Amino acid sequence: MTAIAPLPIVDASLDEPSLAIDPALTARWLEAFLHDELIERRKIGRAVLGLSGGIDSALVAFLCARALGPENVYAIRMPYRASSPSSLSDAQRVVDATGINVETIEITDAVDGYLRHAPDADARRKGNVMARTRMLVLFDQSARRNALPIGTGNKTERLLGYFTWHADDTPPVNPIGDLFKTQVWALARRLGVPTEVIDKPPSADLEANQTDEADIGITYAKADRILNMILLGYKDDAIAARGFTRDEVRLVRRRVDGTHWKRHLPTTALVSGTAINEFYLRPVDL
Amino acid sequence: MHAALVQFKPRKGEVAANLAAMRAVFAQLAERPIDLIVFPEAALTGYFLEGAVYELAFESATLAAKIDEQWRASGAGGAVDVVCGFYENFGGTFHNSAIYVRCGEPDGVHVVHVHRKMFLPTYGVFDEERFLTRGRHLSTFPTPFGEAAMLICEDMWHALMPTVAALKGARLLIVPSASPARGLGGDGELESTLRWKAILGSTAAEHGVYVLYAGLTGFEGGKGMGGATCAFSPRGDLIASLGPLDAGILRVELDTGEIDIARATIPLLGDLSAVLPDLWLDEEIPVTRRVEERA
Repeated sequence: MTAIAPLPIVDASLDEPSLAIDPALTARWLEAFLHDELIERRKIGRAVLGLSGGIDSALVAFLCARALGPENVYAIRMPYRASSPSSLSDAQRVVDATGINVETIEITDAVDGYLRHAPDADARRKGNVMARTRMLVLFDQSARRNALPIGTGNKTERLLGYFTWHADDTPPVNPIGDLFKTQVWALARRLGVPTEVIDKPPSADLEANQTDEADIGITYAKADRILNMILLGYKDDAIAARGFTRDEVRLVRRRVDGTHWKRHLPTTALVSGTAINEFYLRPVDL
Repeated sequence: MHAALVQFKPRKGEVAANLAAMRAVFAQLAERPIDLIVFPEAALTGYFLEGAVYELAFESATLAAKIDEQWRASGAGGAVDVVCGFYENFGGTFHNSAIYVRCGEPDGVHVVHVHRKMFLPTYGVFDEERFLTRGRHLSTFPTPFGEAAMLICEDMWHALMPTVAALKGARLLIVPSASPARGLGGDGELESTLRWKAILGSTAAEHGVYVLYAGLTGFEGGKGMGGATCAFSPRGDLIASLGPLDAGILRVELDTGEIDIARATIPLLGDLSAVLPDLWLDEEIPVTRRVEERA
């Protein structure tokens, strides 16, 4: 009797929802969004954005330049005295690569002017004051140019609550708010964002040697995969089974669950049957 | 038979401007013979209206007159069949509907059929059943090109809907749609579009029907409508497709004789007709239990 040869076995590991994007399609989609949102809907063909030297605002600058033409995009660099000089030069690389307009407006006087009245402010409060001062400048510079401020916050920082409420999230139009940080990287590479900007560790640049990942306590690469699964409804056990420690999953979920309020407008007491956005419901674009 | 599928980009809530755009499409199509023109779901208002739906809904006869008016004003001449998705005020009940009209006849416009969307998505980004009432009937209707049925957007995602339409005799499925695109991980194609085309193609092949899909396009409050207007042959082959962005017109020539060939070659619809009674009478299907519970 001849022996039966063992059959080949194909082992498939546990599936995980993909974060991959088609960068060419994504770029085309976001450019069309900016064009429709600004030019066709609002009849405003100019954009203003805060250019920090980091990857998020660099990517938005590239997208705006492609959608509106570089001559219609105004980048504002808003350094504080403690900001890293390399942030300014990295921002300049983006300006040089895109051909957009640029202006530098120091926020030191405005920030320190207030902080003289708040000598007990810790680093977190100071950071929030800087972010809100930049928001003030951005909106005023938009009004000056009859332009629209464009947001540069990504989905990861929005979900982790790693931003200042009613500051970074304030501009009325944001092309990258539904892209995870790792997707921002992928798209930035495709669009030719300078490698110095792509490769440097992401930082809010509030203090020397500060990095986002040290602040948050996990890498963006891991956080994005966990966030994606949380949003899709995976339980902690199922996420951990895909190669994460319990602490990593807990850390990310805690940040998401603790910051839902930052992704909403202020809570308003409902006292009528015509409460805005509760009973009186109208889409933003009608 | 010549059909034109219009990938329409409405100005939100601006009905007059959108009717003018419809007239321009008619004028453009008048260059060559045309039998059927299909506009997407909610074409004259935009899709996401929320509470404004009650202000922007039409009675079907009023809409039919307006479409006929555009056809006559376009200078096209002759008669043509037009399908258009719209929000309908049906005696004070509001529906997401599609109208099939015959325009340009000497005795005026004819309303051939109105389909009221049966599956109103109310999950995720969708909120239709908060504002609208669902339709209760899936009917086929005669056209110069054979029996047809209209299915609006999610109607098409439930395999039973096109199946019932085909069993009732439909040889042509017309699908006006407004699909907020999502998923940028596809290889050059939106993931939602890949899903759509898989559904449309497999439906066409399974039942031996032409499937004509007209998709809304443009952004509404950040949500980009997926476009991807396309047509599938009764063999399930993609005849042609437009892209995800930009308005456009897909002109296709259909040979209704191909339906017979497809059905003769792979008689799945005939087989289903034979087996259906066994399935229908299967007491394990929950529908039976629900009827019993009501009794």
